[in-house]
Amino acid sequence: MTDLASYNFAYLDEQTKRMIRRAILKAIAIPGYQVPFASREMPMPYGWGTGGVQVTASIIGPDDILKVIDQGADDTTNAVSIRAFFEKVANVAVTTHTKEATIIQTRHRIPEQKLGEGQVLVYQVPIPEPLRFLEPRETETRKMHALEEYGLMHVKLYEDIARNGRISTTYAYPVKVAGRYVMDPSPTPKFDNPKMHMSDALQLFGAGREKRIYAVPPYTDVVSLDFEDHPFEIQKFEQPCALCGARGVYLDEVVLDDKGGRMFVCSDTDHCEERREEGHTGEMPSQEAAE
Amino acid sequence: MYVAVKGGETAIRNAHRLLADRRRGDRTLPSVTIEQIVEQLGLAVDRVMAEASLYDRPLAALAVRQSRGDLIEAIFLLRAYRTTLPRFGTSVPIDTAKMLVERRVSATYKDLPGGQLLGPTFDYTHRLLDPSLIADTPVEEPERREATGDAVMRVADILAHEGLIESDGEFPEDHQAGDITREPMEFPMPRDLRLQSLARGDEGFLLALGYSTQRGYGRTHPFVGEIRIGEVEVEIEVPELGFSVSLGRIQVTECQMVNQFKGSAKAPPQFTRGYGLIFGQSERKAMSMSLVDRALRAEEFGEDITAPAQDEEFVISHSDNVQATGFVEHLKLPHYVDFQAELALVRKMRADIEAARNGDNPMQEAAE
Repeated sequence: MTDLASYNFAYLDEQTKRMIRRAILKAIAIPGYQVPFASREMPMPYGWGTGGVQVTASIIGPDDILKVIDQGADDTTNAVSIRAFFEKVANVAVTTHTKEATIIQTRHRIPEQKLGEGQVLVYQVPIPEPLRFLEPRETETRKMHALEEYGLMHVKLYEDIARNGRISTTYAYPVKVAGRYVMDPSPTPKFDNPKMHMSDALQLFGAGREKRIYAVPPYTDVVSLDFEDHPFEIQKFEQPCALCGARGVYLDEVVLDDKGGRMFVCSDTDHCEERREEGHTGEMPSQEAAE
Repeated sequence: MYVAVKGGETAIRNAHRLLADRRRGDRTLPSVTIEQIVEQLGLAVDRVMAEASLYDRPLAALAVRQSRGDLIEAIFLLRAYRTTLPRFGTSVPIDTAKMLVERRVSATYKDLPGGQLLGPTFDYTHRLLDPSLIADTPVEEPERREATGDAVMRVADILAHEGLIESDGEFPEDHQAGDITREPMEFPMPRDLRLQSLARGDEGFLLALGYSTQRGYGRTHPFVGEIRIGEVEVEIEVPELGFSVSLGRIQVTECQMVNQFKGSAKAPPQFTRGYGLIFGQSERKAMSMSLVDRALRAEEFGEDITAPAQDEEFVISHSDNVQATGFVEHLKLPHYVDFQAELALVRKMRADIEAARNGDNPMQEAAE
C-alpha cells in the first residue's frame, strides 16, 4: 500500500487521454456540438473543474506553459489548487501572464488580452446544455439540437423582454456557433461573448460531471442570440478600474466599508498588474495596504 | 481600504495542515489502525467499497480514516484512485447460486431447500445502547455450523421451475458487458448499465426512492424472494489457457425482489423481478436497489410512468453521490463575476422603475 501513489504524466492514463483527445477532435470538427465522453473521476470534486482538468490533462505536454484563472484571477483558491495539481502531476511550467501561456484553463472569464494563434483556452463548464433550464431531459434536448429546433430559446429571450423590458440573461448567455449549434459559453458574463467570435485561439469546453466536451475552433463565427429590435449588448461600467484606470474591461465590485463605500477593480488580475507596471494608475492606486 | 484577496496559496496550505491536525485529533490517544477499521467498522468499509466500485477493504479503510469518517468523502477518495487503474479484463459472471452463504432469508416461503439462515444481522436486536461495549468486555466466540459445501438453491429458480417468474433475460451471444466508468452514459440505457449505476448509487437516495414506491409513487407490489450474503468466486477467462481461473473470493449481498405479475391474452401471467447486487454486506442498499430496478422497468412492462422512481433519466442522473456532493458544494466557490452581472442588472431595473415613479413617465404614474 505504500507505493500506491505513482501516477502517469498529467494524472490520466494514456488510454484515457486518447479517448478524450478523440472527443476533442470530434468537437473541433463539429463546432458547438456537445460530444459525450467517458469522463473520469478526478481527485477534485465535480463542479470544481473536473471537465476542464481532464481536457487540460489530455492536451498538455512537458513543454506547455499553463495559466489557470478563476473569476479572472490567478490567485483565487481553486485556480491555485488546479495550478498546483498540474505542477505536481505534470511538472509543467506555470505562469500568470496571459501572453506567455500556451494553455489557459478558466472558470467564468475570458482574459481581457486578445488571445493569439497557438493558444488554447480551456473552459470549465458546469451545465453544458444551453437548453437545460428550458427542458430538463437530455433525450429531448439532444433531439432539439439534431433538428436545429431552437424556437424555445427565442421564446425564453422574448419572454424576458416582455416581462423586464430587456433580455435578463447576464451570464452563460447563449451563442450560435458557425451558424448551426446553440452553445452555452459556460457561465462567463455576457461581456466576454464577443471575445469568442473569430478568436485566433482554440477554445475547448469540458464538462466533467455531465460528461460532455465541445469546442470552438479558431476563426469561427460565434453569435450571441438576440432580436433585431433588441440587439445583444454587453455590460458597460461607468467608471474605470480604480487601480489601473482601464476602461472597457470587466470590473469586480469591492465593498470597502459598511457605509456603502465601494470601488471597482479589474476582474482580470494579470491585465491589471501589467497595466500598472506600464505606469497606468486609477483613482485609488495604493497597493501597500493590500498586502 | 481595499484589501486584495491575495494569499490563496498560503491559505490552502494552512487549511490542509489544520485539517490534518483535526483528522488526527488528540495526540495522547492512539491512532485508529487500518486493521481496526476493517475489523470493527466493517459495514462503513463495505459501503465505501460498494459506492466506489472497488473491492479492496484495506484501501477503503484507509479512505475512511483519511476522510475522518465522512463516507462520501471516502468513496470519492477511493474512486479517484480506482479511475487511474488499468482495466485488463472482464470477469466471468459470478454465480450467486454457488455462494458460500452466511445469511439467507426468504419472505415468500416459510421454509425452503437450504433453510432460512439469519447470519450476522441487526434484525431482531433490541436497539438499546449497550454500556458493556464502553468497557470493551470480552465477546464470546460465535457458534458455527460445519459448511456442507452444497450449493443453496436460489428462490428465483424455485419459481422458475414452474414458469411462475420471468427468466433472467438473455443477452445476445456477442454482448459485451458495458462499463459506466469507461463509456459515456446515454439514455435510455440497457439494464446492465442501469444496474451498474444503481450498484454505485447513493444508499440514502436509493433507499428514499425505493421507499417512495412502497408509499404509492410507482407501486410494484414487492416481496423479498430472497436476500443472500456470502462469498462468491471471481473467475477470469485466460485466452491462452482456454478455461477460466479463479482470482479469489469476494463478499456480496444479493436481493431478488419478486414483483407484481404481468401477462397478456397470449402470455400467461408471471411474476416480474427487481434485482440488487452489492459488494460486501449491505442489505438495505441491495433491497433498495432491487425496488428501484423494478420501478425503472415500468416502460418495458408497459406501465404508466407517473412517479420519480420510474423515471430513468431522473434516477440515474441524480444517484451518484460523488457527482451530487461536488456540484452542490461547488456553490461555495467564488461566483462574484456572475453575481456582479446580476447586481448591475437588478440595479438598472430598479433605477428604471424609480425613474418612472419620479414622473419621467406620467402615464405609469397615473396608473399607480
